[in-house]
Amino acid sequence: MTAIAVPRPNDQIILRKPATSLWADAWQRLRRNKAAMAGLVVVLLFVFVAFSAPLIAPHDPLQINDGKGYLPPPWAPAWMSSTGRVGDARFLLGTDSIGRDVLSRVLYGARVSIVVAFVPTAIILLIGVIIGLAAGYAGGRWDNFLMRATDVVYGFPDLLFFIVVMIALRDTPIGNFANGLLLLFGALAVVNWVGIARVVRGQTLSLKEKEFIEAARTIGASDIQIMFRHILPNCLAPIIVLTAFRIPGMIITEAILGYLGLGLRPGTNPSEFFVTSWGSMLLAGQSALNAQPWLLLAPAIAVALVVMAFTFIGDGLRDALDPLMKKAG
Amino acid sequence: MAALLQVKNLKTQFFTQDGVVKAVDGVSFDLGEGDTLGIVGESGCGKSVTVLSVMRLIPQPPGKIVDGEVLFDGEDLLKVSDEQIRRVRGNKIAMVFQDPMTSLNPVLTINQQISEALELHLGMNKEAARKRTIELLETVGIPEAAKRVDDYPHQFSGGMRQRAMIAMALSCNPQLLIADEPTTALDVTIQAQIIELVKRLQKELGMAVIWITHDLGVVAGLCQRVIVMYAGHIIEQAKIKELYGHPSHPYTLGLLGSIPRLDAARKSKLTPIEGLPPDLIDAPPGCPFVPRCAYTQDICVQERPELRTVAPEHQIACWVDVKGGKG
Repeated sequence: MTAIAVPRPNDQIILRKPATSLWADAWQRLRRNKAAMAGLVVVLLFVFVAFSAPLIAPHDPLQINDGKGYLPPPWAPAWMSSTGRVGDARFLLGTDSIGRDVLSRVLYGARVSIVVAFVPTAIILLIGVIIGLAAGYAGGRWDNFLMRATDVVYGFPDLLFFIVVMIALRDTPIGNFANGLLLLFGALAVVNWVGIARVVRGQTLSLKEKEFIEAARTIGASDIQIMFRHILPNCLAPIIVLTAFRIPGMIITEAILGYLGLGLRPGTNPSEFFVTSWGSMLLAGQSALNAQPWLLLAPAIAVALVVMAFTFIGDGLRDALDPLMKKAG
Repeated sequence: MAALLQVKNLKTQFFTQDGVVKAVDGVSFDLGEGDTLGIVGESGCGKSVTVLSVMRLIPQPPGKIVDGEVLFDGEDLLKVSDEQIRRVRGNKIAMVFQDPMTSLNPVLTINQQISEALELHLGMNKEAARKRTIELLETVGIPEAAKRVDDYPHQFSGGMRQRAMIAMALSCNPQLLIADEPTTALDVTIQAQIIELVKRLQKELGMAVIWITHDLGVVAGLCQRVIVMYAGHIIEQAKIKELYGHPSHPYTLGLLGSIPRLDAARKSKLTPIEGLPPDLIDAPPGCPFVPRCAYTQDICVQERPELRTVAPEHQIACWVDVKGGKG
């Protein structure tokens, strides 16, 4: 058979694609990744919920309904509730021991997780990038000093550190500030910058030998300009990936600390921003796992969902920013 | 002509684990305003280290400029503060590197990179710098400069990148352009274009040029004066015609002998210089070229020859009077 090439009308030959930056390219690749996009949707939803909780929550999360404690979710099978109580359609996820609406509490609990996901992350980025850049760029004695300090932080058991810090500083002004949130951020930040610092330092070490850095020096750029304008943009890809993977760790740590009773202390005033956290809901729910499983399941599923969403985004970002690695792997 | 750049007895050494590498060992030369100087030599003979020392870009440690003066416009660049030397770099002295593929930052656009020098030294705002960048790109012959200015380096070909590098070097109208083997990584036709470009720009802007190369053919078409370096020393310097007409140092003879010539008899073989440049750690006292030299005498092993004048404006560092004819 012979094939005849028939020119289609309106066929245009594109000789040159418009200039695309690394970021536009990566975004294109990320968009094609279904899991990452699903994760992104969940995270956006999560952010939306956290900020508009008062608008969408069906009840006041602190309102105690006498005689309505331990109501199972209305749709739950009968075996779930050992007390034999019947669910109330107004409480979609049931109620806790003193009759507070679980759904509203989960929605409000998102606030702590969202703040924990982003604020300490911003702090660790700042610390990690500055220390990594300084160590890698200065080299020699500075590098040694900063990296040994990093090793010390890295070597200390994280959870032990949290417990010690939380217990030691709980009742000080720092510990009481903003329901203990400041202390929590501080502790999370102190532990987590290490990984970022190491990666940035490694990248800086190899980048500073590149010719374009020398070229930057020949046009009279200062060390600070070279570090932040020429080296930092070149190591953004690994930093972003690492950060995306660090966020779920933060959320889980906060939940664990809440579970241990060391996290944020829930406010009792309805006007406060943080009235509960998923960690403290887990703590409350675990005691009644057999009798009222929804008390544990609701916050646990919420944590799992958000953590998974962030992890998917992290995976997607890694594939998007490092296309060669995907081919090899 | 007033000397724009005077290098006096420059010594740059690298302190490594194996010992002290005397990469540049007592180099002196002058360069007048608007002049073109060629520095020739094999890899590792100290050409690049010399010019990097002039701009104080030697990585320290392990490198150190142990002695000498670099007078630029009457000011010793080796003594000024870091802040002052940064104001000279890119502004009065600019540099173009060997490999255009690696000397542009891959994550910044061409505009961002060229504008940086303009913002740094001339205090331009972003818009003015962008306009000037487009002008510069047009000057160095980038077609559709206004469109290409926001491209990333990977969208430029090798020759275009080198043009962009030259545009960057020229951005602040430097008095001196240092070109460190700028054509080595390019193919021959592009090489010719780049040389023509630099020649034209030099005429238009009146800047001095130091052109480092290991290609004597390139030097012949471009420079007025040539310095031949070997093992960290200047071993011959002369005007271009004098050097090619009467090469006097055995090493220069060797270099010229290893270039293919159009006017040579057919089937005549090239005569390479045997051996490798010496290790610059613990150099023996004599002339560094001794192990590879065909004219060695007793004194060559014992004492290193100083530069001596053999003809007007023609100096060599050799004990022997070798009269090199053509070929």
